[in-house]
Amino acid sequence: MSDLTRLTIAEARDGLAAGKFSAVELTAAHITSMDAARGLNAYITETPEKAVEMATASDQRRAQGTVGKMEGIPLAIKDLFCTKDTLTTAASHILDGFKPKYESTVTTNLWNEGAVMLGKVNLDEFAMGSSNETSFYGNVVNPWRRQTDDQPLVPGGSSGGSASAVAAYTAMGATGTDTGGSIRQPAAFTGIVGMKPTYGRCSRWGVVAFASSLDQAGPMTRSVRDAAIMLEAMAGFDPKDSTSVDMDVPNFEAALTGDIKGLKVGIPKEYRLDSVPAEIQSLWDKGIEWLKAAGAEIVEISLPHTKYALPSYYIIAPAEASSNLARYDGVRYGLRVEGKDLADMYSRTRAEGFGSEVQRRLLIGTYALSAGYYDAYYLKAQKVRARIAEDFNTAFKEVDTILTPTAPSAAFAFGEKSGGDPLEMYLNDVFTVPASLAGLPGISLPAGLSGDGLPLGLQLLGRPFDEETVIRTAGVLEEAAEFTAKPSDWWRG
Amino acid sequence: MSLDKATVAKVANLARIRVEEKDLEPLAAELNSILGWVEQLGEVDTENTAPMTSVADMQLRWRTDEISDGGYQEDIVANAPGHEDGFFAVPKVIE
Repeated sequence: MSDLTRLTIAEARDGLAAGKFSAVELTAAHITSMDAARGLNAYITETPEKAVEMATASDQRRAQGTVGKMEGIPLAIKDLFCTKDTLTTAASHILDGFKPKYESTVTTNLWNEGAVMLGKVNLDEFAMGSSNETSFYGNVVNPWRRQTDDQPLVPGGSSGGSASAVAAYTAMGATGTDTGGSIRQPAAFTGIVGMKPTYGRCSRWGVVAFASSLDQAGPMTRSVRDAAIMLEAMAGFDPKDSTSVDMDVPNFEAALTGDIKGLKVGIPKEYRLDSVPAEIQSLWDKGIEWLKAAGAEIVEISLPHTKYALPSYYIIAPAEASSNLARYDGVRYGLRVEGKDLADMYSRTRAEGFGSEVQRRLLIGTYALSAGYYDAYYLKAQKVRARIAEDFNTAFKEVDTILTPTAPSAAFAFGEKSGGDPLEMYLNDVFTVPASLAGLPGISLPAGLSGDGLPLGLQLLGRPFDEETVIRTAGVLEEAAEFTAKPSDWWRG
Repeated sequence: MSLDKATVAKVANLARIRVEEKDLEPLAAELNSILGWVEQLGEVDTENTAPMTSVADMQLRWRTDEISDGGYQEDIVANAPGHEDGFFAVPKVIE
């Protein structure tokens, strides 16, 4: 039998349906691959026994004629999703030993559609980071290396474990969450597809909260079709999340018609930054040519408030985090560090339990919400956010989708941007944050290689709840880009 | 606006994060660098702009006021570092 881990979800679905292999065989192949890739540190908790149990149940269901949309497909789950009785850490010391007594809605939806859990994957602590260097459980390594050296590279973040697990063929897909680019940027860094749907499309219930007005779950896969299949299984109205939108979930896979004739694609002139390497600019130009060749009409657009997206994000997200993370107090779950009284216990627990990036953001957020500064920071940032959303609304009167690069660089080395100035790391989210603030759907897909052989991504953005146009256009781009490069499997070593 | 050591100590107390005296100064410098960068938001005219409060234009849903969940006290305290008789246990608060 050829290597089952190399299949896409769509191919595995067909193979399972044709009886070429069983879910148990498919899962076993991935467990072997997961074991061999331990050097990447993608998984915080491996659950091979649970995986075999779930795969066995899947084969039984199939034998009885019940087949879900993700039947028998083995997945990695970002360790931000609560999974019943399985350790859930948010990659933080403060959640030591936390085994939820409930299951997140998104993972429940996936299991209801037949998917199999391989384990829980690493991330930046509380999803705060763009390189997976802030996890209490250590750095995740990108399966890709430069052609010129063997230096280990970051997988991006915060869904770095998800990205690395999928790129290294240890899982067919992974859940991610995206607050300011945490699905799209790691997907770009590891040569896979990552999609953030419209805010409200996937339930946030049971997902450890970072910034509630921005957090959104989405799929990370090795093809656009796989992302469409998996998103459909994850999405849906959930009364337990007050911001979940009561709207039918379309058949996303059916959006892949391959036809974008007459589609209007916007190219935002403010995204032409001098600081972005020429090879990324030229990949963007190639993307424009590919879409043009497929019959799309290219329109230059303006998103005038783009440069204010990052500073407003770095007020709003920490402010919401400072409120959300108030719950980690050493009382209800996780770590407790004893102190001389209750208040001392709180502050010692939080000092020891949170890493330095999380602490920095909690302090910024607390300051931005504190008496006398609320108007100057938080309210001002929310007003600027409204202007940014307005820019997109105006643009989408003229165009159907927007094409941009995903990130301003390829994957970088550990320590390269996490040395001194936190701002340097924040700037990595320059192309992904604006759409997060506006709540728009976005996808990143691998479209080419950098000069030293690292994957580069292009991003497509769409109107709210128009994931279908984004997926359709991404399908056309994917075909034109013919991205077939793969990392050498040095980590099996 | 610039944060001094005393303000950082106050904010850390509000956030219930213990910060050692020696860390206050470097932390103030880091936070000031971020806040200095955020100052550019002042350039944006927001005179007639309402703050964005939700992404999708939607009304929060109402539900009937009735018990729809509960009855699993053991599950709720199962992960607590300290619990007794189904209650969370914390250090003594009243002397």
